Amino acid sequence: MVVFEKPKSLTDVPFHYCPGCTHGIIHRLVAEAIDELGIEGKTIGIAPVGCAVLAYNYFACDMVEAAHGRAPAVATGVKRAEPDNIVFTYQGDGDLASIGMAETVHAATRNENITVIFVNNAIYGMTGGQMAPTSLPGQVTQTSPYGRDVNLCGYPVKVCEMLSQLDGAEYIERVAVNNVKNVRNAKKAIKKAFQNQIDKKGFSLIEVVSSCPTNWGMTPQNALKWLEENMIPYYPLGVYKDRSAQKEEK
Amino acid sequence: MTEKVLMKGNEAIAEAAILAGCRYYFGYPITPQTEVAAYMAKRMPKIGGVFLQAESEVAAINMVYGVSSAGKRVMTSSSSPGISLKSEGLSYLAGSDLPALVVNVQRGGPGLGGIQPSQSDYFQATKGGGHGDYKMIVLAPASVQEMASLTVKGFDLADKYRMTSMILADGTMGQMMEPVSLEKVEATVCEKPWAVTGTKGERKHNIVNSLSLVPEELERLNFARFERYKKVQENEVMYESFMMDDAEICVVAFGIAARVSKNAIVEARKKGVKVGMIRPITLWPFPKKALLDAAEKAHTFISVELSMGQMIEDIELAIKCKRPVMLCNRVGGMIPSPNMVLEAIEKADKGGRK
Amino acid sequence: MNMQILIAGFGGQGVLFAGKFLATKGLIEGKNVSWLPSYGPEMRGGTANCSVIISDDPVGSPIVSEPNCLIAMNLPSLRRYENSVVPGGMILVDSTLIDEKVERDDVSVFYVPATKMAKDEGFATLANMILCGKLIKESADMDFENTDEALKKVIPPRKANLLDINLKALKVGYEF
Repeated sequence: MVVFEKPKSLTDVPFHYCPGCTHGIIHRLVAEAIDELGIEGKTIGIAPVGCAVLAYNYFACDMVEAAHGRAPAVATGVKRAEPDNIVFTYQGDGDLASIGMAETVHAATRNENITVIFVNNAIYGMTGGQMAPTSLPGQVTQTSPYGRDVNLCGYPVKVCEMLSQLDGAEYIERVAVNNVKNVRNAKKAIKKAFQNQIDKKGFSLIEVVSSCPTNWGMTPQNALKWLEENMIPYYPLGVYKDRSAQKEEK
Repeated sequence: MTEKVLMKGNEAIAEAAILAGCRYYFGYPITPQTEVAAYMAKRMPKIGGVFLQAESEVAAINMVYGVSSAGKRVMTSSSSPGISLKSEGLSYLAGSDLPALVVNVQRGGPGLGGIQPSQSDYFQATKGGGHGDYKMIVLAPASVQEMASLTVKGFDLADKYRMTSMILADGTMGQMMEPVSLEKVEATVCEKPWAVTGTKGERKHNIVNSLSLVPEELERLNFARFERYKKVQENEVMYESFMMDDAEICVVAFGIAARVSKNAIVEARKKGVKVGMIRPITLWPFPKKALLDAAEKAHTFISVELSMGQMIEDIELAIKCKRPVMLCNRVGGMIPSPNMVLEAIEKADKGGRK
Repeated sequence: MNMQILIAGFGGQGVLFAGKFLATKGLIEGKNVSWLPSYGPEMRGGTANCSVIISDDPVGSPIVSEPNCLIAMNLPSLRRYENSVVPGGMILVDSTLIDEKVERDDVSVFYVPATKMAKDEGFATLANMILCGKLIKESADMDFENTDEALKKVIPPRKANLLDINLKALKVGYEF
């Protein structure tokens, strides 16, 4: 009896991610959600620029590789052309919250019926560990070697808090993948974000607080500990907006 | 032939696009091409199409990228500064071998420039604009009728060769009204097995992508792409030859500059000057052979442009610098008058007879 | 025929509409036509002009730089374009708004108090069409045929109630 197997929505291509990187977990959660909802044949994913740039090789559904930050615009085009298909983007913090901020905000405010998976590990991974829009105050990176100075570089962008202020967005939740309980919650949130799209409810974004052991310069375990002690206090987990639930309450 | 109607160039582009089967338009307001967007905003919802005003030109071209990835006919339009912003997307469309139609109703530059007509995006359109080795099919209409017919042609060529077609117009062409007959077009249907439409569990997943990290592979893709471009150069050159049979002076001009030049040529002929014009309709591929052939008889070429002299370089290359090429130009939103072109022709005539 | 018409005035005077009407009339009559507006950054006020060509031959440049017919609807336009009119050409002047005279003697000049006439007739905004009526009358190449049909083409159906007064304005100008 098989008790644990690879989701159908992942290909056989081995991940290139660093040891201890949480992208692998998040890919799996997305693939499981697609499998469980039975939408693999009609799902179209949009890959970002950043560590997950090669995601198009890993997901078994149709995939489009977007320019840096433009995934929500590309997803908008695909979804408008194929409204009955399920369209998701998979983006990192530099891609979504820095260069692609306009595309992110406007896809949200249009309530574009897409699902956005936003991986926040507070650093540019692929280019070698530069300061991200979500790097914490004081965080040492290649381009903030003395720690992020908020007087010079400003404060981190809190994406969920910001987008939840928009009337347009349907569902905004922040999760983490640093322990089993949080991974389970993350799975639930991601599945809901896809279900929302199937139900034509509109823009759903799940921010996944993640680690980057390589560029943080830590062991995988220490990275998860750092995540828990530093990231989560700054980026509290939880549902920031659930328009349908709010409507029901009223 | 259908009845002729008076239409603005910008509107003719929009209506022709719809006739060609385009049901997706993404744009961002900029003078002097806004009529295209306004027309689409009105028409698309009524025919089950999509009009979306994007948050920026960058977003608009990436929405185009998305629709094209899904295999549908799609377009955007803008004017010079907006095309600079779209250039990122143009490079990605080329890198992913996606068809699209992009309209540039040019205005004076550089920078914010002005809002009056210009042809100073010639280099940007024909030589790249975005990064990397790539080409676009560049179509230069010189009448409102051509604004319509070249739009249809642009979609067909884009699908056929999996590349971007650009309509390179200018403020005059966009704003002017002329009679147009919009014939019923059979929208060419092109199989697009590469499109992302969902695997439906029936095939391996499709990937639309411009990333290729293995140099050998990226090189192979570039060579293959340029093989396709070569076919375009062999098969798709278009130009108009005007009074060239015995021409000793060859005016080369496109768009509004060609319209003005025609007046000057007619006047010069009345004075007995043997002058004609080659009007490139495709700026890329450029009508190199026609020009080289013209150099057999013509002793002087005149490039009439609304730029500081951009196309003139392609003329010199095409005729292998066998003959002198004079520049007759106005910039900044100004248009050469027929008299100015006539003076250039007369100067060339005197020079040639020395 | 080769009519090179330049209509110039302030934005809001119906300069572009008048041009569109004339071009449409030409189109109905099987002529080659073009219509080219000036366009500026301002939406209201400012100057507006448009080039209209109605010709037996294919239209080359759509820009009228040497008109054989100028309709001037304000003083700056008259002063700016007066000297560009070809000798033997004609100038129509809205004499309600322009109290100066044309300084040339090699062109035909028609002073029409179009703005006042329009006001008196109860369609204050149609000085443009009164001037078009006068142009049709004075031009050797035009007649009053097809005006009705041309108006129907340039006035959108939702504004069909304006057909009659436009036709009337044309007649008033034609009979002036």
